[in-house]
Amino acid sequence: MSMPFYVSPEQLMKDRADFARKGIAKGRSVVAVQYADGVLFACENPSRALHKVSEIYDRIAFAAVGRSNEFENLRIAGVRLADMRGYAYDRRDVTARALATAYAQTLGTIFSSGGEKPYEVELFVAEIGDSAEDDQIYRLTYDGQVADAQGYGVMGGAVDTVASFLETRFHEGLTLEEAVQLAVGALGHSDSGDRVIQEADLEVAVLDRTRLQPRKFRRLRPTDLQRMLGERQPTSEEPPAPPDDPPLAPPT
Amino acid sequence: MTDPRLPASFLRPGTSSFSDFLSEAAPDLLPSRRTVPHGQAADLAPHATTIVAATYQGGVVMAGDRRATMGNIIAQRDIEKVFPADEYSCVGIAGTAGLAVEMVRLFQTELEHYEKIEGTTLSMDGKANRLAALIRGNLGLAMQGLAVVPLFAGFDLVSEQGRIFSYDATGGRYEETAFHSVGSGSLFARGALKKLYRPDLSERDAVTVVVQALYDAADDDSATGGPDLTRRIFPVVQVITADGGRRLPEAEVADVADRMMAGRMIRPDGPATASVTGGETP
Repeated sequence: MSMPFYVSPEQLMKDRADFARKGIAKGRSVVAVQYADGVLFACENPSRALHKVSEIYDRIAFAAVGRSNEFENLRIAGVRLADMRGYAYDRRDVTARALATAYAQTLGTIFSSGGEKPYEVELFVAEIGDSAEDDQIYRLTYDGQVADAQGYGVMGGAVDTVASFLETRFHEGLTLEEAVQLAVGALGHSDSGDRVIQEADLEVAVLDRTRLQPRKFRRLRPTDLQRMLGERQPTSEEPPAPPDDPPLAPPT
Repeated sequence: MTDPRLPASFLRPGTSSFSDFLSEAAPDLLPSRRTVPHGQAADLAPHATTIVAATYQGGVVMAGDRRATMGNIIAQRDIEKVFPADEYSCVGIAGTAGLAVEMVRLFQTELEHYEKIEGTTLSMDGKANRLAALIRGNLGLAMQGLAVVPLFAGFDLVSEQGRIFSYDATGGRYEETAFHSVGSGSLFARGALKKLYRPDLSERDAVTVVVQALYDAADDDSATGGPDLTRRIFPVVQVITADGGRRLPEAEVADVADRMMAGRMIRPDGPATASVTGGETP
């Protein structure tokens, strides 16, 4: 019979955090970039059906990295929460702050409860206001921590490389074209050189203040991206990146 | 200590229907779950009246008058009874106004919810069936005099044409061809539509036809409001094409109504049909 070993709480939490972080680092990055008319999300995702960026409500969007069955669950919960609040109160009473809090509580409880596997996900929850000053981007980590992203945010695989690329080039008041170029450039950036990501392999969506409809979420199609990105040249020859984690569960 | 995380019903995979989700997570928010004491309740709340819809080449148009009545009283003279249901469909309501507006809100959320969760819109028939299910849930109240009778119209992107569905209080769903009307003035409106409707109408002509039909309804039905020329209150007109739906701007409807009124000054019963024998006019 084996003896139960004492494991310190610090070690227990560290192990769980390492486990979650490892799972998240396997996937590719998602970036969120603020521009003059809203917030842009971009990631490398060859699948047309399984989205990493999606609409939650009129002015609120969601992006995720990590295990797709887990973040898909959270996405659906977010849509349900937003629609229920909007139906019970009013459309204006649905806020990203409330949603981010609900996600944080959920992720935090699961992370610190002994019996459950921590979620291997990180999330962006963003909301646009009437002007760029009112835009909010929340970044949530696997343990339920919430951080405010200022101007831009990165999560997923090569966070540091992509973030340093954005840090040197980001400025306020970008146009949509500039924001797309910046985000896609950052996704293709690595320490050994930049590669060109094909338009068909990109998933790009915006919360666009200038849209006339109350629902401000819009996906950019490959033809839109082609027009905005123009001709691109790789700076170095590089083998294609390893394939992303296959989806573990179809969207429900 | 209570668990602060989202309740299990939020995280459970399965349904894409908002009303199904509500019935589990917050059943008291569903209109169909309310119990009402026995007895007739028809006089409690305002009633909304006439809605007309007609298809034309490339789309469908729906219009509603602006009157709500409570017995002999005009409860509201600028009520809106035609609402967009989603980008490609709209719904007009007749019957108990309060319940109907709530049902429309639930229906709008239902369609948007499905679209966001599934990443694709419901088919036109799927939308029509969902609305039927919501009306069926209201049967108990309908039997106490609080019926909701909507008219549903939209542009079917698959068959590329405008389509109209009517309903009865039990949730029966009927597809209509060309045009239809519901509400207290619907008999008169339908008579007018029969005489004025042609399958080759342009969008502008289709709008004129439904506004004319509403005038004829208001002419003979006291619960239907005609264009209010002194307060400049005109019908709500929703137009849906392959490009999506839009509510016609007030000025545009006012223009149509003013032209119609100018014609009615000369001929109060409205335009005469081209031929009484049914043959084509030269």
